[in-house]
Amino acid sequence: MNTIALLGMPNTGKSTLFNQLTGSHAQIGNWPGLTVDLMQAQLRIDGQTLQLVDLPGIYDLRGHSDDEAVVRRFLEATPVDLVLVVLNASQLDRQLRLALQVQQLQLPAVVVLNMADEARRFGVSIDSETLSRELGLPVVLMSAKYGRGLAAVQQAVRQRLQTSSSNDPRPEPEPAPVPVPVQQLEARLAAREAELEPAQAALLEAAVQLPAQWRDRWTRRLDAVLLHPLLGLPLFFAAMALIFQLIYAIGVPIQEGLGALLDAIGKQLIQPLLTPLPTFLQGFLLEGLWQGLGTVAAFLPVIALFFLAMGVVEDSGYLSRAAYLMDAFMERLGLDGRSFVLSLMGFGCNVPAILGTRVMRDRGLRLLSMLVIPFSLCSARLNVFLFMAAAFFPARQGALVIFGLYLMSFVAAVLTALVFKGRFPSSEPLVLELPPYRLPTLPQVLSRAWAEVKHFWFWSRRFIIFGVVAVWLLNNLPLGVEPASSLSLSGRLGTLLAPVLDPIGINPNLTVALLFGFIAKEIVLGGLAVIYGQADPVALGQAIAADVSWPQAVSFMLFTLLYTPCLSTVAVIRSESKQLGFTALSVGWSLLLAWLTSLVFFQGVRLLG
Amino acid sequence: MRTDRPLTDLRPGATAVVASLTADPGLRQRLEALGLRPGQPVQMLRRGWWSGPLHVRVGMTELMMRRRDAACVALAA
Ligand SMILES: Nc1nc2c(ncn2[C@@H]2O[C@H](COP(=O)(O)OP(=O)(O)OP(=O)(O)O)[C@@H](O)[C@H]2O)c(=O)[nH]1
Repeated sequence: MNTIALLGMPNTGKSTLFNQLTGSHAQIGNWPGLTVDLMQAQLRIDGQTLQLVDLPGIYDLRGHSDDEAVVRRFLEATPVDLVLVVLNASQLDRQLRLALQVQQLQLPAVVVLNMADEARRFGVSIDSETLSRELGLPVVLMSAKYGRGLAAVQQAVRQRLQTSSSNDPRPEPEPAPVPVPVQQLEARLAAREAELEPAQAALLEAAVQLPAQWRDRWTRRLDAVLLHPLLGLPLFFAAMALIFQLIYAIGVPIQEGLGALLDAIGKQLIQPLLTPLPTFLQGFLLEGLWQGLGTVAAFLPVIALFFLAMGVVEDSGYLSRAAYLMDAFMERLGLDGRSFVLSLMGFGCNVPAILGTRVMRDRGLRLLSMLVIPFSLCSARLNVFLFMAAAFFPARQGALVIFGLYLMSFVAAVLTALVFKGRFPSSEPLVLELPPYRLPTLPQVLSRAWAEVKHFWFWSRRFIIFGVVAVWLLNNLPLGVEPASSLSLSGRLGTLLAPVLDPIGINPNLTVALLFGFIAKEIVLGGLAVIYGQADPVALGQAIAADVSWPQAVSFMLFTLLYTPCLSTVAVIRSESKQLGFTALSVGWSLLLAWLTSLVFFQGVRLLG
Repeated sequence: MRTDRPLTDLRPGATAVVASLTADPGLRQRLEALGLRPGQPVQMLRRGWWSGPLHVRVGMTELMMRRRDAACVALAA
C-alpha cells in the first residue's frame, strides 16, 4: 500500500487536513522504531487505497526536539511514496524553509499552502504557479478548515503517484521511483543548510507579496483588551467561570432527566424481562450493571458540553494567550505558560494533558508538570462532585462547593509545584507562537466534541463495567449476606481500612467507592449506585444523604479530588516519565495530600462544632 | 551609532532589525524557524508585567518569549 505522510510546522492545520481527507476514521498506529503513536487512516483515491500518516508538527528537519527526532526516524525507517508538506500560507516568509529541506532530501512531495483564507485576509498574495516552477514541486493553495481546495490536493496526489505510468507533459524533477527510506538524512541536510536562506529569499521575491503593514486589526484590537496587563487575567478567569456556569446551567437538567429516564427504563422494561432469572442474577444485572452504567451514561451530556466548550476555546487561539498571561506566575512556580495550558486541558481529561508535556524538552520541567497536572479536576471527577453537591446542598450552596473544589484543585497544584520545584529544576526557553484569533466552525467543533465523547465512553465503559460488577460482587458475597453489611466482603474491607479512613470521615460504604475510584473516577458514581441500590440520581442522593453527614460528604469529595485520578493517568505517567520511582512519588504524594486535606477539613468541622 | 542592544530593551511599539543571535544551537534553531533571523525587522507589541513574557512580531508571525530568551537576540543599533 502507498504511504503518504503529512509534514509541517505545528499549527499549520495538518490534523484538519487529515480529517478532511480521510473522514475521521483515524486510528492510532504503531510504527517501527518510534516510541510515539502516530495518527493514521486509509484514504481512497480512484479506487486505490492509500495510507495517510499525520506526523508531529516540527519547525526544522534538523531540529533538536523529540518530535523532530521522531519525524527524522520515521523518514529514515519508512519508505514514503509522497510527502504532503503543509505550510501556513500567511507565514510563507518563514515556513518555506521546511519545503526546501524536503526538496533537498529529494523526497517525492506536494506542497500544500493551507489557510489561504487567512493569507488573503492579511494581504499576502501568492503566485502558486511561479512558486511551483521555482521550487520544482507541485503547489496547491487551500483552506482545510473550510474544505476549500481539497479537490485540488487530491488531484495533485493522484498525479504525483501516477507519474511513472501517465505521460505527464511537465517534466518531473524526479522520475517516480520505488520509494526508499531516506538515507543519511542529517548529513545531507547539514551539507546544504547554508543554501536555505538565500533560496527562501529568492522564492519569496519571485512568488510572494507580503503586506507592507500587518492587516489583522481584529487580533490587534482583541489583544489590546485580552492581553491587557490589568484586565487580561480577570477577563480570562471570568470567561472560564462563565463557560463553566453555562455548562452546568444547560448540562445538569439534561443529566437529571436522562438519569430518571434510564432508571424508568430499568424498572418498567428490563425488570419484567429479568423475572424468570434467579434473584442473584437479577440483582446483578439490574442493580449492578444497568444502574451502574446508567448513572454514568447520564453524565455524558455534561461531558459533551464540556468538550464542546474546550474545543471552542482551543480553536479560537485564546489558550496561547492564557499561556502568555500566566507565564510570569508559572515561572515562579518552576513551570511555564504551557504547563498552565496543559493543566487547563487536564480539566477535561488528565491523560492527554500529560501526553501533551512532550512539547517540553527539559526533563525537570516536564516531570514537574506531570506532577501537577493530575490535580486538575477532570470531567470524571466532576461527575462525582456535581452529584454529591446536588445531594447534600441546596443549589446555591452546591455551586459554591463546586467552586471551592475548583479552587482547591488550583491550590493543590500550586502547593505541589512549590514543594517540588527544587527537586525538578529547569531552564527551558519559552518561545511560542501567538496565532491570530480564529472563529471555530460549527462542524469542526461538533465533530471534535463527538469524537471526545465517543472516546470517553468507549474507553471508560470497560472500566465501568468491570468496576461496577466488582463492587456489586463485593457487596453481595459471600452468598446470602445482607448486601453491603459488615459481613459482606466490602464491609470487611471497610473495617480493615477503618483505622486510616475513620479519622477523615470515610465510612465503609464510601471506602469501597474510593477503592474503585483508584481505577477510574467514573466507577465511583456507578459504584455508589450499586452500593446504595439506587440508579435514579435523586433517589441515590437521598439514600447517601441518609447514611452520611455533609462534612463526611465534603471530606469524601476532597479526597476524591486529590488522590490519584485513575489508573490510566498512572499508566501514562509511568510510560512518559519512564521512571517507576517518579510514578510512585506522584501516587504517594497525591494520596498523602488527599488524606491530610480531608483530615484537616473533617476534624476542623468537628472541632468547630 | 550605538552598539548592539538586546531585544529586551525594545520599547512597546518600536521596531528594530535583528543583528545576531547568541543562543545555544537548540534555541537558535527554534528562533530562526520562527522567523527571528539576522536582518529581519522585529516589532515589540507589549511587555508582560511582573517581568512577564514579551509579545513581539516578526514578519507575519507573532510570538511570546521570555525575557531571558529574548536577551539572546541582539538588535542592530
Ligand atoms: N483560518 C483557517 N484556520 C485553519 C485552517 N486549517 C486549520 N485551521 C485552524 O488552525 C488550527 C490548527 O489546526 P490543526 O489541524 O490542529 O493543526 P496541526 O498542524 O495539526 O497542529 P499540531 O497538531 O500542533 O501540529 C486550528 O485551530 C484549526 O481550526 C484554514 O484553512 N483556515
